[in-house]
Amino acid sequence: MIVELGHFALVLALLVSIATAVLPIWGERTGNRRYLAVAGPGSVIQFVLVSISFVALTWAYLGSDFSVRNVYENSHTDQPMIYRFSGVWGNHEGSILLWVLILVLFGACVAAFGRSVPATLRALTIAIQSSITAAFLLFILFTSNPFARMDPVPLEGRSLNPILQDFGLAIHPPLLYIGYVGFSIVFSFAAAALIIGRIDAAFARIVRPWILIAWATLTAGIAMGSYWAYYELGWGGFWFWDPVENASLMPWLSGTALLHSAIVMERRDALKIWTILLAVLTFSLSLLGTFLVRSGVLTSVHSFASDPARGVFILIILCAFIGGALALFAARGPQLAGGALFSPISREGSLVLNNLFLSAACAAVFIGTLYPLALEALTEAKISVGPPFFNATFIPLTLPLVLAMPFGQQLAWKRGALLPILTRLFVAILAGFVVAALVAGFVQGAPVVTILGIALGVFVVVGSLDDLRIRASRGGSGAFFSRLFGLPKSIIAAAFAHMGVGLMVIGIAATGFHEEKIASMAPGETLTVGRFELSFDGLQRQPGPNYIATSGTFTVREGGRVVAELHPGKRTYIGKSMPTSETGRHTSGLGQVYLAIGDTHGTRTDVRAYWKPWVLLIWLGPLVMTLAGLYSMFDRRLRVAAPHRAKAVLAAGAAE
Amino acid sequence: MTRKQRRFALIGGAGLVLAVAVGIILTALKDQIVFFRSPTEVTEMKIQPGTRFRLGGLVENASVERSEGQKLRFRVTDGNKSITVNYTGLVPDLFREGQGVVAEGMIDANATFAADTILAKHDENYMPREVSDALKKQGHWQGDSKATADGAPKP
Repeated sequence: MIVELGHFALVLALLVSIATAVLPIWGERTGNRRYLAVAGPGSVIQFVLVSISFVALTWAYLGSDFSVRNVYENSHTDQPMIYRFSGVWGNHEGSILLWVLILVLFGACVAAFGRSVPATLRALTIAIQSSITAAFLLFILFTSNPFARMDPVPLEGRSLNPILQDFGLAIHPPLLYIGYVGFSIVFSFAAAALIIGRIDAAFARIVRPWILIAWATLTAGIAMGSYWAYYELGWGGFWFWDPVENASLMPWLSGTALLHSAIVMERRDALKIWTILLAVLTFSLSLLGTFLVRSGVLTSVHSFASDPARGVFILIILCAFIGGALALFAARGPQLAGGALFSPISREGSLVLNNLFLSAACAAVFIGTLYPLALEALTEAKISVGPPFFNATFIPLTLPLVLAMPFGQQLAWKRGALLPILTRLFVAILAGFVVAALVAGFVQGAPVVTILGIALGVFVVVGSLDDLRIRASRGGSGAFFSRLFGLPKSIIAAAFAHMGVGLMVIGIAATGFHEEKIASMAPGETLTVGRFELSFDGLQRQPGPNYIATSGTFTVREGGRVVAELHPGKRTYIGKSMPTSETGRHTSGLGQVYLAIGDTHGTRTDVRAYWKPWVLLIWLGPLVMTLAGLYSMFDRRLRVAAPHRAKAVLAAGAAE
Repeated sequence: MTRKQRRFALIGGAGLVLAVAVGIILTALKDQIVFFRSPTEVTEMKIQPGTRFRLGGLVENASVERSEGQKLRFRVTDGNKSITVNYTGLVPDLFREGQGVVAEGMIDANATFAADTILAKHDENYMPREVSDALKKQGHWQGDSKATADGAPKP
């Protein structure tokens, strides 16, 4: 009954979304305000209906209702409650339902929090968002119904893919999806503004919080996925240039470009055409990612059951929305007048450079991901474009960008000069050199690339934060701290986000220091990795709720003192022949001792041990970036009803 | 600078960055991609030693030999031809005789394949698509989750 209710709510949501997509646009064309007013309530009703549907599916999962095919295929009564819950989106149908839930959530948020948005723009944005929702609801109802029943009802389910039974995987998809799908609302704003034909600095201010929330959560989602791959796959790597990873990286790169070009549009009324194009492209890349992952074109842990009909359907959605937006863009684009002029060496110029490099890096990832698919379709030749390609393209295209970041923060609008900035960045440049010298002096045989990478990271970290000091000490002496804390939140956020990039660069560069030891160990033997001594005490077998674990016991000693006991192991889930790895990790400072075990031959067990100094920076960096992005949303000029308050502040300032 | 010079500097700078990007990508596409080959193709094409490629097929039954220090020797077959592979290191969780495998490396002078990477797989039902296609070509494909590595007729 509840399952049917969920299905019914989904059908109703489809009808409401079609109405919400059509009526406001008609209202705008005919000037009928009553049709425009449908948008707000329409978006809220869609959210309520899709939520009911999502809760119904969750209900079926938690209660292990195996009469629902989706539950039967992806759940099991032995599964712990949390993985029965995360199983809702651990499959194709459920994950698309989550997609739609986030789509309508953003639509409803515009209705609820977008009071400062002009009424027509708000209504049309919701209308475009509803049309995306309608397309995906059609997709669910026709090709991927999560509520399909089974007869006869099986006694037991087939359980969730063991590798997905992990806490990281329980929260990675929702985070990633909020980011991925969050760019849909930016797309809707851009399309609505194109329909209305008014694209100006005010528009950039309106979409900024939406770009920020999508960008911040996408950053967190990608970092979470990377950390999961690191500790769950047992290979110690953090990024594999897997097509599915690339599918999430492309919207991130393009979204980061958008975040920066929107600043120019907001402050200087320039780069308008480009910003709108980026808004369209970013969501297009999100859709492309969904197509690649969901159509079965790529085989990976993310592509659950593949079905060609689904691929074709998503491809149609993809072409319709990208084509529609680009047609609208072509029609309106020429009417957008160029904004203020600026010199190449200026804040605007540096942001253009940022956009060029980010777009080029995005293009490199795009080509590397799609070229093998295109080549195979055309010539049947099978190739793999792996890490060597991406290292040879992505790194040279992003390094100049990272190097330029502290300079960009310092450049003045309209016209700047590089020389004074060099002297201002003296502290950061010095810090980079000192750290490079220290590393080269103290670590024997450190690779040059690693030293340079760490120096670059330190330069960026110090340079980004130093920006705050430089800004606060401007205008004479005294009251330094009150000026520091009085800096606009967006300035503080930018400094910290850039610092996050620097931290990540240090973490990635430090992989050059990672030590790897592979050994076949019998109980009682020891292995040294880094400054740690690992002694193997033996293997145990112990049953878990729905698996049997074989885990080793290792005592970790540092300078003869016991610092940790690790239990790397393998789990064999009941009814599945595939074992999964459970790594054992001991954190020391920002580094980790990382242990994974392989097969056992007689008394000997294969062991892979790593010492990874500073490895946590790889994920701490993005965490800082995420928090900075969220913090930036609280900037005074982005607040709801910001225009009024800003005016009040201006008036107060003038009165002083 | 005049308006024209400014515009020229901007467009010129942008053009330069794009040209460099295109150059980097094209060079990498030429040098850094790796072809996928089945054992039959490797035998027929006489691939030069030193060329990197990916070898895919099934791990032939009763062919895995382990020796000191994680040295591993096994044969990869597509049911028609098979190639001996040498590898040092730990193998992924799903490395089993009779299962699909993709190895990356180079062929050496003795026509054995020196692999430096054995690809990890995520799922027991997941057969690398390249492998399943290669097996289909040789007529040894038997469904989606089960395939056998028996019957590799020796020439």
